[in-house]
Amino acid sequence: MSKVFSPTPLFERVERARRRKHKFRDTQITLAHGSGGRAMHELVEGLFLEYLRNPLLEALEDQAVFEIGVSPGNIAGITGNGHPQTRVAFTTDSYVVDPIFFPGGDIGKLAVNGTVNDLAMSGARPLYLSAGFILEEGFPIEDLKRILGSMRDAAAEAGVAVVTGDTKVVQRGGADKLFINTSGIGVIESAVNFSARRAQVGDKVILSGTIGDHGTTIMIARGELELETDIESDTAPLNSLVQELIDEAASAGAFDSIHSMRDPTRGGVATTLNEIALSSEVCIEIDEDLIPVREEAKGACEILGLDPLYVANEGKLIAIVAPEIAERLVNRMKQNRYGLDACIIGEVKAEPRGIVAMRTGFGGTRIVDMLVGEQLPRIC
Amino acid sequence: MKFIDEYRQSDLALKLANQIERLTDQPLKLMEVCGGHTHTIFKYGIEDLLPRNIEMIHGPGCPVCVIPLGRVDDAISIAQQPDVIFTTFGDAMRVPGSKTSLLDAKASGADVRMVYSPLDALKIARKTPDKHVVFLGLGFETTAPSSAMTILQAAKEKVDNFSVFCNHITIIPALKAMLDSPDLKLDGFVGPGHVSTVIGTRCYDFVPRDYGKPIVVTGFEPLDILQSVFMIVKQIIEGRAEVENQYGRVVNREGNKRALEALFEVFEPRDYFEWRGLGSIAHSGMRLRGKYAAFDAELKFSVPGLRIADPKACQCGEILKGVKKPWECKVFGTACTPETPIGSCMVSSEGACAAYYNFGRLSKVAERSGAAPAA
Repeated sequence: MSKVFSPTPLFERVERARRRKHKFRDTQITLAHGSGGRAMHELVEGLFLEYLRNPLLEALEDQAVFEIGVSPGNIAGITGNGHPQTRVAFTTDSYVVDPIFFPGGDIGKLAVNGTVNDLAMSGARPLYLSAGFILEEGFPIEDLKRILGSMRDAAAEAGVAVVTGDTKVVQRGGADKLFINTSGIGVIESAVNFSARRAQVGDKVILSGTIGDHGTTIMIARGELELETDIESDTAPLNSLVQELIDEAASAGAFDSIHSMRDPTRGGVATTLNEIALSSEVCIEIDEDLIPVREEAKGACEILGLDPLYVANEGKLIAIVAPEIAERLVNRMKQNRYGLDACIIGEVKAEPRGIVAMRTGFGGTRIVDMLVGEQLPRIC
Repeated sequence: MKFIDEYRQSDLALKLANQIERLTDQPLKLMEVCGGHTHTIFKYGIEDLLPRNIEMIHGPGCPVCVIPLGRVDDAISIAQQPDVIFTTFGDAMRVPGSKTSLLDAKASGADVRMVYSPLDALKIARKTPDKHVVFLGLGFETTAPSSAMTILQAAKEKVDNFSVFCNHITIIPALKAMLDSPDLKLDGFVGPGHVSTVIGTRCYDFVPRDYGKPIVVTGFEPLDILQSVFMIVKQIIEGRAEVENQYGRVVNREGNKRALEALFEVFEPRDYFEWRGLGSIAHSGMRLRGKYAAFDAELKFSVPGLRIADPKACQCGEILKGVKKPWECKVFGTACTPETPIGSCMVSSEGACAAYYNFGRLSKVAERSGAAPAA
């Protein structure tokens, strides 16, 4: 890959097929549609987008960003009559993790941090959250108290308030224990523009820490494997880390040097990088030896037959940034408790476009494709 | 990671590859029998490291790949019966039958669950006495002992709502079929690793004795495979044909006596068993002995039991025999992908097609073997 890339006819044939827009033909929902992999992409693009299409939704980012301040009904950045505009980020996410309590957190902490992070990835300062609860008949109030306590603590740490909510109770079997939906709203105060479409040739890929911790923790917490480890979920609010990155870039006089930012949750780092490579029409080349994985997570993945690259994270971010500022940003991240193991794991190349390639520790290069099928259901 | 990273060092790999190159420039075709080896070969790009004169042929040792369509349909039909909880290893869920897969059956309402061990299936049976729990027994002598032990346990505890839909197969008859195949001119074998922990190395003696070919029982890390290729090539240029054991840290000559006893106690060979792509092979499948008929799902449930031909476009058969390379199949990577597999070789991560699709597309092996890609 370091040599000039010349696609073989086979490579091109597969690539054409890979990019063909599939008509959504499935007749029923399978677990694969929720996995964060290709089946889910087809569901979102082939069905949800077809029915609900509008310019904001079409961007398919993890949050919608729009300007408000003037006339009502004013969307997609159409400005009104000269009043100052505020850029707002808006997002929603549902949490169905099983088990609801796990080492390092619980469904409540996850529900706050997950939505805070979806806002933060646009460069927004998260402000307000909503919380909707679907409770199964018979759910213990003690457990609910514990979960609400975690939500209160997580909201306090992230500096957000839960300002509206909803409760529904369904009969036994109508839901599994409890599901939580949170939506969030935040403001983008600087002129940043993070988008999966903006990765540029030469950019560096920054990862904020070890991968695979959340997914392997959940898998082990289910107790089906009777493994015992000290591994914990990495669930954490990343808004302070993002703010520091924006400040650092601004103080270097290069606030626009951060091009893309995503948190690699479901589908893991592999799926997130594929989304960026496809949206930006670039090749992302990463180096296996540079990607930090905790020994415990590596061992558990080895036993479970999982690849940490595809395992979910709940407190990590990937930033695609201009090369001249990459080192400086990494050093700043290392001063934040959620960026201690930050590092550069690769860079953006021109060809082969839409592909994530990895130099293996063994000396070869292989494609890291999007997740196919369901690997671990109900991890968040 | 300790004890694993040591087997993945790239400097040692390059050294080994150089040593292999220095041994000979004679063109050699070596078959790795196990799907696990196929996976490692692609994941670590081993073919790109090997000298050009050495061609790896990917063998039939991926149990998910060789299960015929009809048996998948039978499994689905059992899963769809009322009050059945159907349990299986994860990678069998997505194998397409003639119409649907177990995953589709699950979405349509069948209670299909993924387990990591047949003992987990037995646990489910104990917990839900009002349901019947069926385990899909799949695999070579590697997984068959755990099915056997579970059946023995169920018999001991008198769990009467548990049975096994047995599709276990044995490696030796398949190896013989490969050696007898007129299409294939193989020079040596990278022998099964995990299977050999159970059956030992003695049962491969017929390979050098009757066919004059070397076989080296091999571990699953990339350096294991390179070392094994070195050992095979060395045998060939020295004019030897022997059974050698590269995987001595796990495998011995006699195998695992307790596992073999459990196998023999519970299972007996079927007269014939159909393999996808290879056809019927005598004594290559196992079934439950009459003594354990109470745990035999094939006797408890009526299954269609039809033989169903592979889809026309699918060339899994040729690929499993090693006659065709994955990229020579017309539907490879276009109509047949890991997301929408037509053939079973695209389903399991041990299947040659899935391995090549996932890991090998940047490899240069396709061109260098002179294969013209299908149009």
